[in-house]
Amino acid sequence: MVPRRAGEDAPRLAWCGDACLVAEFGDVIDPRVNSRVQALGVRLATLAPPWLVETVPTYRSLAVYVDPWEGPRDEIEVLLTRLAISAKGEPSPPAGTLCVPVCYGGAWGPDLERVSLHAGLEPAEVVRRHSGGRYRVFMMGFTPGFPYLGGLDPALETPRLENPRGLVPAGSVGIAGRQAGIYPIESPGGWNIIGRTPLVLFDPGREPPFLMATGMDIRFVPVTAEESEDIARLGRGAAP
Amino acid sequence: MSLEVLSPGLLTTVQDLGRRGFRAFGMPLSGALDPFSLAVGNLVVGNSPGAAGLEVTLAGLGLAFRSERLVCVTGGDLSPRVNGRAIPCWEGVLLREGDVLTFGGAGPGGARCWVCVGGGIDTPPVMGSRSTYLRGKLGGYKGRRLERGDILPLGVPDILSPRGEGFAVPGELRQSSIEGPAVRVIPGPQEGHFTEEGIEVFYNSSYCIDPGSDRMGYRLQGPAVHHREGADIISDAVPWGAVQVPGNGLPIITMADGQTTGGYPKIAAAISADLGLLAAAAPGDSLSFRRCGLGEAAAASRTLKESLDRLRVLLAGYRSRPPRSVPKADRGALRLHFDGGSFDITWEIIGREGR
Repeated sequence: MVPRRAGEDAPRLAWCGDACLVAEFGDVIDPRVNSRVQALGVRLATLAPPWLVETVPTYRSLAVYVDPWEGPRDEIEVLLTRLAISAKGEPSPPAGTLCVPVCYGGAWGPDLERVSLHAGLEPAEVVRRHSGGRYRVFMMGFTPGFPYLGGLDPALETPRLENPRGLVPAGSVGIAGRQAGIYPIESPGGWNIIGRTPLVLFDPGREPPFLMATGMDIRFVPVTAEESEDIARLGRGAAP
Repeated sequence: MSLEVLSPGLLTTVQDLGRRGFRAFGMPLSGALDPFSLAVGNLVVGNSPGAAGLEVTLAGLGLAFRSERLVCVTGGDLSPRVNGRAIPCWEGVLLREGDVLTFGGAGPGGARCWVCVGGGIDTPPVMGSRSTYLRGKLGGYKGRRLERGDILPLGVPDILSPRGEGFAVPGELRQSSIEGPAVRVIPGPQEGHFTEEGIEVFYNSSYCIDPGSDRMGYRLQGPAVHHREGADIISDAVPWGAVQVPGNGLPIITMADGQTTGGYPKIAAAISADLGLLAAAAPGDSLSFRRCGLGEAAAASRTLKESLDRLRVLLAGYRSRPPRSVPKADRGALRLHFDGGSFDITWEIIGREGR
């Protein structure tokens, strides 16, 4: 194991197989923990050691994928610990801000009612609070381009559906517990869907293919169904 | 310069060594379930190790060749035949225009095989890879499994590709499959989430691969592994080979198309060198897990790497032996790709000895 000196607050290192080393900065969903994760990812990418394949930042850990045919394991551990210690918990600046137009409720947001009942708030107030929030992309996963957003108003916390839907349309904007997210492609899902965006979050033929990235700031802007259709027609072109 | 799919079989997809660099965006790696077998087949036919080939699952593929190509079938023995005549696996076989390559069924020697063709399958790369990601409907041939009537474009083969005809990969350089393998795993980041008894059960039980298993993950049937408290963790990365245990206690092995992140505790993760053993296993087969350290995993990976290096040397020697027939023309030109460079070589016979 890697020697640690007291007070340096080193991450816990754990191998997940022989090709993935996970640096864990805590066991909580917390913006400060997440910014340390992202800071380490940036530092490692800048250094670009030859054994590095890619990294996957999550809420509280950075998964470092290494070439199993290269790289002495103990050296990788030592380097990661050193970089992590210097990557302090200062909030990292956003990797950009993106405004996401959302058509709330109706057929586009079948669970707006459910969230409104659970929160004890009028649907309009749910929309006001959801679109008033400032969100940060903490991690991406589940399907290509799916952003896990931190920053949801605690009053809007709603548990997942008991019976997940077989197919949730692309662009669906959802809530699961304290998390907010957007479905990039049509897929099964159990989140509460309160609206839909005409933006295309993932298009493999586009450069870059992904609209969002970890570390970005996201804001939601309510739009009408007509405005949403206009955006789909004019702008980034919604999926058919 | 193409292949026609006469019958698609149970599940056949175009795969290379996967789509690297996008796991941070939720895009799985995909790629051949046994990267080593794909790499070996590619080397035999004169391709780079990461060229795209076909991954054949269990049975039934039929292909018509519309151009002459060297072919090498690696992985399990799915009884390949050319025009009805059995051909060996792990060997360079030259197929002529019009030849038909068919596969029977999987024997005990493995559930999947990889068909590597000189020049590689030349479908358009998506985000840097030709691998099919079925759930994302992208890559490979139109983002889907092959269907009857599909025409697969082929790349231009290396000039020396046909010289690999008859080359048999030595037994010790082949990925062998084992019935009921003990897959080597490294204890996972959340081993502490399980009871001591649960961990004991995990390492001392035989598990059966559930019919609901696919390229995303293998669900296992067998004794339940108990958690200390709850089966939820804050979602984090799930590498290929990681063994997650959801609330019902039945382990799931994440495979190449698996989600990049997940919220179940990971009790262990298979080592890279044993991914081929998993690829060879079919639904209904059994397997068990054996605890191993990073040192043993590194040694196993080194062995695989050295196998490919050894294969390159053997192939170079084999290809440089005198050709079976001397070219009849008295001059010619060829392009040779070697060591990152391209060389144009022209030759002319300026005199003949004897007679």
